[in-house]
Amino acid sequence: MKYLTLAAGILGASAAYAETPELTVYTYDSFVSEWGPGPAIKTAFEAECACTLKFEGMGDGAALLARLKLEGERSEADVLLGIDTSLIATAKATGLFTPTTIKADYTLPVAWEDDTFAPYDWGYFAFVHNSDMTPPKNFTDLAASDLKIVIQDPRSSTPGLGLLMWVKAAYGDEAAGIWEGLADNVVTVTKGWSEAYGLFLEGEADMVLSYTTSPAYHLIAEEDATKSAAVFDEGNYMQIEVMGRLAASDQPELAQQFIEFMVSDAAQSVLPTTNWMYPAVTPAAGLPKGFETLSVPEKALLIANDDVPALRDEALQEWLGALSQ
Amino acid sequence: MARRVVAISPRGGIAAAALVLLLILAALGAVMSRAEVGAGLSPSDWAALRFTVVQAVLSAVISTICAVPVARALARRRFFGRGVLVTLLGAPFILPVIVAVIGLLTVFGRAGWFNLALGAVGLPPVSIYGLHGVVLAHVFFNLPLATRLLLQGWQTLPSERFRLAAQLRLTPFAAFRAIEWPMLRQVLPGVAALIFVICLTSFAVALTLGGGPRATTVELAIYQAFQFDFDLGRAARLSLAQLVLAGGAALIALWVIPPVSLGSGLDRPVQRWERGGTARALDTICITLAAGFLLLPLSAILWRGTWGLAAVPPVVWKAAGQSIFVGCISVVVLGVLALPMAGWIASSRRGGVEAIGLLGLSASPLMIGTGWFILIHPVAAPATLALPVTALVNALMALPFALRIMVPRLRDTVQDYGRLSATLGLRGWPLWRWVLLPRVRAQAGFAAGLTAALSMGDLGVIALFADQDRVTLPLQMYRLMGAYQMEAAAGAALILLTLALGAFWICDKGGRWHAEA
Repeated sequence: MKYLTLAAGILGASAAYAETPELTVYTYDSFVSEWGPGPAIKTAFEAECACTLKFEGMGDGAALLARLKLEGERSEADVLLGIDTSLIATAKATGLFTPTTIKADYTLPVAWEDDTFAPYDWGYFAFVHNSDMTPPKNFTDLAASDLKIVIQDPRSSTPGLGLLMWVKAAYGDEAAGIWEGLADNVVTVTKGWSEAYGLFLEGEADMVLSYTTSPAYHLIAEEDATKSAAVFDEGNYMQIEVMGRLAASDQPELAQQFIEFMVSDAAQSVLPTTNWMYPAVTPAAGLPKGFETLSVPEKALLIANDDVPALRDEALQEWLGALSQ
Repeated sequence: MARRVVAISPRGGIAAAALVLLLILAALGAVMSRAEVGAGLSPSDWAALRFTVVQAVLSAVISTICAVPVARALARRRFFGRGVLVTLLGAPFILPVIVAVIGLLTVFGRAGWFNLALGAVGLPPVSIYGLHGVVLAHVFFNLPLATRLLLQGWQTLPSERFRLAAQLRLTPFAAFRAIEWPMLRQVLPGVAALIFVICLTSFAVALTLGGGPRATTVELAIYQAFQFDFDLGRAARLSLAQLVLAGGAALIALWVIPPVSLGSGLDRPVQRWERGGTARALDTICITLAAGFLLLPLSAILWRGTWGLAAVPPVVWKAAGQSIFVGCISVVVLGVLALPMAGWIASSRRGGVEAIGLLGLSASPLMIGTGWFILIHPVAAPATLALPVTALVNALMALPFALRIMVPRLRDTVQDYGRLSATLGLRGWPLWRWVLLPRVRAQAGFAAGLTAALSMGDLGVIALFADQDRVTLPLQMYRLMGAYQMEAAAGAALILLTLALGAFWICDKGGRWHAEA
């Protein structure tokens, strides 16, 4: 029975294909989940494109890229949505992407210049803690304290890699020393963000690596004001999430239209309370209520996209060396 | 001892074994075909291999040794709630990793019950993070499994033996040496090998409880190679190392199992005559400790999950349906693979072939998934095959358990009834129908239950293949966690635990239904 349905589905899909064009967007799991921006974006975009928007959710940014490399030019994907700046160089090196020109008044703390990928939202990495404690002011403070932190593994998670880049951007050649100092603060390292955040909520650590926007979730969705994010005086590293078009796409115009839609007010106003990040272009109506309570770092750190791959290997060795003692 | 005393045709078994090998090797070959040429393993890969082996050996040895007194106590004692406890022994094993880890941390974590208790009596807190934490978690997962497998061993001991021992007034030690020790010699190596292989592919547990990159396992390195570096060559080399390690360990373990028969009885219910007060006290202590170790983290999961149930969205129920579907198919596939293979192994002199069964478990799910993705992608959309592939791979992973559960019983049956069956000219299906299946029924039920539960809780392959419409319960649970919905995720975990235990219980009970004899 299942197979009949399956076969009917495949046949039906190819028949329907001729009538309504379909745009396939590869993105990470939490984007398409019921609580993510996926459902609202789909409804809004389909209302204006006369097409079917199909999201394929999988793992995280790194998993997405791995999937695209596996599929190569045969991939059904028209748009990739959900890698961050640290993966842009790797993504471009695959040669699977095509340049996209896009005009938008980005409200990012840094100027955006990239011919292939366009940002749709962004945030600052930060250590989230319970509001009743005084957070450290920087990594040196943190290393000297006896606070316990949970972080993600840079070998399996994008926030983990972001932290690596953060310490590197703030301390350069002294990064290894910072990691040695932090070694006794790190309770444990997890595979991904969910595990780490879960452990923090269980009380296993005083702070967890997440985003300055995480407290907004607790405040707005749960009316819980007990979580805060620590601003560091050496600056907080940025995560800019981007999207790009695939060269092998059979719907290039639709893909372009989708990317333009993603930076329009209709999509941008959905993102803050579904993806819990700052929109790349602040919508006309402003940010949702509650976002004004978030701590805002004075300095935004970001390593140039092209420098990431080389720095990553060096930083990973330092990290492994310091934490494996 | 005569060879082939029973007419079990080896053809089905050989075909099943060949299929298993093909599934794994084709995946490995596919990955290699896409890899750039490279050689050797880096120093950090070697460090990961070392850590993996050390933790797997420790976990296997400790789980197996601790399971002996617990299984012995459970075999000798009858008490209120024993049946429930035996069923719950299946629980830790089928939990998604993150659920089990959070359950364990609620008890043993920095702010856990154990440390609260220590603090209450003025003792310093104990940190769970480190090699000991990894081993603790693996013992939590595997001690119950080992106990169940050993308990099966005890159940195969004919009740007449114990009666004879009581009549001869053998001391407890002499009775242990004469009856139980030969059985343990047969069962222990296989159980230890199985747990070793399970722990070999550990990733998130080892990393989270290991407290950092010191606890890097081969599976983590494979994940990194596949997902982050897209270095397929390194991924293939590491997968191969993992297969060789697991296969080697399995071969050694299965080779040392002595081919002795414990003799047959009349299948009377076992009655025990030991009366010693010390023995009773020791058994009580063993059962209490094991039950506490098992039930405390489980009750933490139950407690958290009950709160989360109200927050569970409808998609979770849909995912639950998908998981049940996957579980059912896995059981059918498993039956087709495991029964002929078990029959073949049971009628061979040495059980080396069983090592092939273990390969399915030791192959990295990510490697099998990626390999088959590469093979399927040119001809079909992998997502349309997500559930069948998941079911097949899950059956593959459950195969070693099924073999370990069924082979000893089938081997005894072949020893005890082989000559009679051969004399009567029983072969083929009638042989299975009248001799083998009735005697292996309880074991087959246990194996089916374990498979159903395991595949419901699996997250390995589905994550690579699934699309929006084909999400299983564990995957949906992870998605909930990724969207800050920790409460709903805890609720989903409870549903998963209930479903998996339910499936386990139904199959396990089904196998023993009308089997009062």
